Amino acid sequence: MNPLSSADTTDETAEAPADEAVETVEVDERRQAVVDQFTELLGDAVVQSHIRPGDDVWIRVTRDAWATTADVARNRLGFTFFDFLSAMDWLPSPFGRDMDAQEDTSGAVAVDDADASPGEADADAGPVALETGYAGGDTRFQLLARVYDVRNHIGVTFRADLPDDDLAAPTWSTTYLGADWHEREVREMFGINFIGHPHMVNLYLPGEFEGYPLRKDFPLLARRVKPWPGIVDVEQMPTDGDEDAGDLRCRRRCRRQ
Amino acid sequence: MAKLDGEQVVRCEPIPGYMHRGYEKLCEVRTYPQVTTLVNRIDWLGSFANEVPFILAAEKLMDVEAPPRAQVIRTILFELSRLGNISLFLGDLGIQLGGLTIGFYAFRDREFVLNQIESATGGRFHPNFDRIGGIKDDLPKGWIAETKRAMDRIRRLCDEFEELVLGNEIFAARTRGVGVIPSDVALSYGMSGANLRATGVDWDLRRDACPPGLSYDLADWKVWTHPDGDSYARTWVRLQEVRESTHIVDQLLDSIPSGPIMAKVPRIIKVPAGEAYVATENPLGEMGYYVVSKGDLVPFRVKIRSASFNNISVVPWVSRGVIIPDLITIMASLYFILGDIDR
Repeated sequence: MNPLSSADTTDETAEAPADEAVETVEVDERRQAVVDQFTELLGDAVVQSHIRPGDDVWIRVTRDAWATTADVARNRLGFTFFDFLSAMDWLPSPFGRDMDAQEDTSGAVAVDDADASPGEADADAGPVALETGYAGGDTRFQLLARVYDVRNHIGVTFRADLPDDDLAAPTWSTTYLGADWHEREVREMFGINFIGHPHMVNLYLPGEFEGYPLRKDFPLLARRVKPWPGIVDVEQMPTDGDEDAGDLRCRRRCRRQ
Repeated sequence: MAKLDGEQVVRCEPIPGYMHRGYEKLCEVRTYPQVTTLVNRIDWLGSFANEVPFILAAEKLMDVEAPPRAQVIRTILFELSRLGNISLFLGDLGIQLGGLTIGFYAFRDREFVLNQIESATGGRFHPNFDRIGGIKDDLPKGWIAETKRAMDRIRRLCDEFEELVLGNEIFAARTRGVGVIPSDVALSYGMSGANLRATGVDWDLRRDACPPGLSYDLADWKVWTHPDGDSYARTWVRLQEVRESTHIVDQLLDSIPSGPIMAKVPRIIKVPAGEAYVATENPLGEMGYYVVSKGDLVPFRVKIRSASFNNISVVPWVSRGVIIPDLITIMASLYFILGDIDR
C-alpha cells in the first residue's frame, strides 16, 4: 500500500490495516465519528478524508468552506484548542534534494507561472505530477491547520486546496484568535493571502523582503554558495610534469586568499 | 512595541523576527539525524525536550520503537530539561519583580540539574542526545544517586521560592488579578502548558496524549491546575509542576529497566513516505513537529509548532488597558524563550 495514497471517505474501513490490535479499531471508530460529524455539518465541502487508525485524522475541505470549517469545529464540535495553521508547497524542489544544484534540475517550475525560467522550455510534457499527502489534493499549495479537542483528546488536521492563480483564503482569525500570527507567518513565507485578516503585515521578515522563503522554488542561498557538505578542499597531487611539490602549501594558501 | 496613554497601555504588540533562523527551511536540507542539532536551539533552556518530539515523529513514520531502557532514560532527561528550564523561570520572575535573591538561588540550584544533563549527554545546553530508535549513550556510573541529590536541591529551591516569593505580600499584590486570561481565550489562542493549566483547563500531553516512546505511565504524579488565570496562577502552577517533575524523575530513576538502549535501525536512515504530527508537553507548553516525508533521506517539510509562539500571541489581547508595571509581570509570567517564538 502506498502510504501517500489516501482513502476516500467512502472506503475508510477498507483502508484500516487488518493487523491492527482490537483497541485501536475502537479508537478508529472515534475518529470515523469525527469525520462523519464534519461530513454531516459541512456537506459537500468535505472533499476527502484520511484516518490512520489509533493515531490521527485528516480532512480536506474546499477553500470556500475554510472559514465555515473553523466555525463548525470550534463552536459546534468542541475543537476549541487551536494548534497551528500553516501551508504546504508540494512542488518537488527545483534545486535538487540538497537544494544545492546551481540551476533547475527539473522542469517543475512550469507549475508556477510567475517564475519564468529557461527550464520552462523543455517542460512541454506538462506540469510535473504533484504528489500530495494524506487526504489528497490537486494543487501545488495547500493550507494545513490543526485543532484539538481537549476534553475528548482528539485532534484533526484540516487541508484545503488553493488554486495557483488565486492564493487566498478566508481568515480563521475571527474564530480562532491565535490564527492571527500564524496567518501572518504563512503570508510572508508562502505568499498566501488571508481575506479579512485584521492586521496583515510581516511578522518575521523585514518589510522590503522579496520572495516567499518557504516555497520550494525559493533557493536556499547558503546552499547555492557552498554546496553541501561543502567542497572538500583537496589539492590535486602534483604530477611528474609539475614543479616541485614544495610550494604546494604556498599555492593552496594563495588560492584561499 | 507599546502605545501608551500616560501610564496605561493602549496597544502592545510584540515584534518577533530578530532571531528568526528559518529552521523549517533548513530542516528540508538536513537528514533526519542532523535535524536534532538544529532543533536543540529552539528552546535553548530545555534543549533535549526539543529533540524528542521530532525523533518520535520520525520513529512513528518508520514504525520503530525505542527499547524500554532508552524510553525511561529519555523521559528522565526530558524532565531534567524541564527542571533546568522552569527553575530559571522561578528565578527570573523574582528578578523581574524586584526580588533579586531568588534569582541567585535559582541559578545556584539549576547548576546541579545542568551538571547531571552534562555528565549524561556531554552538553549543558545542546545535548543532541536523542536518536531515532533510542538514545546515544548509556548513563554514567553513579549518575542515579547524583541525580537524586539534585532533585532534593530543586525541591528545596521550591520551598525557598514558596517562602520568599509566593508568600510575599508585594508579590501577591503585583500578580493577583494581573493579566487574567479566561480559559476560552487561552484555548482559542492555542496557549498550552502551564499557561493553559493556570486558566483551569486540565490538560497535559504527558498524561492525556503521551506519544509512544516516552514512559510517563511508569510514574505516579499529578497535573495541577489553577482556576484564576492570572499571573499568580501561572507562577503557582509552574512551581507545582517543578515539584511533580522531581517526583517523576525520582520514580523513574528507581525503575530503569536493563537492556539495550538502541533499537535496530539502518545505518542510513530513510523515512518511509507519510505524514505525522507528534507533540509533547515541553517546559514551555505543547511543542510539536508536523513532518512530511516522501521516503527520502531528508524530510520534505517540517512544520514546527512551538509553544512560545502561541503563548506570546496573546499579549496584544491581554495587555490592553493595563499599566506598565503590570506589563512586566504579564510578560514574565507568560514565560517565553525568544528562540521558541522565532524558530
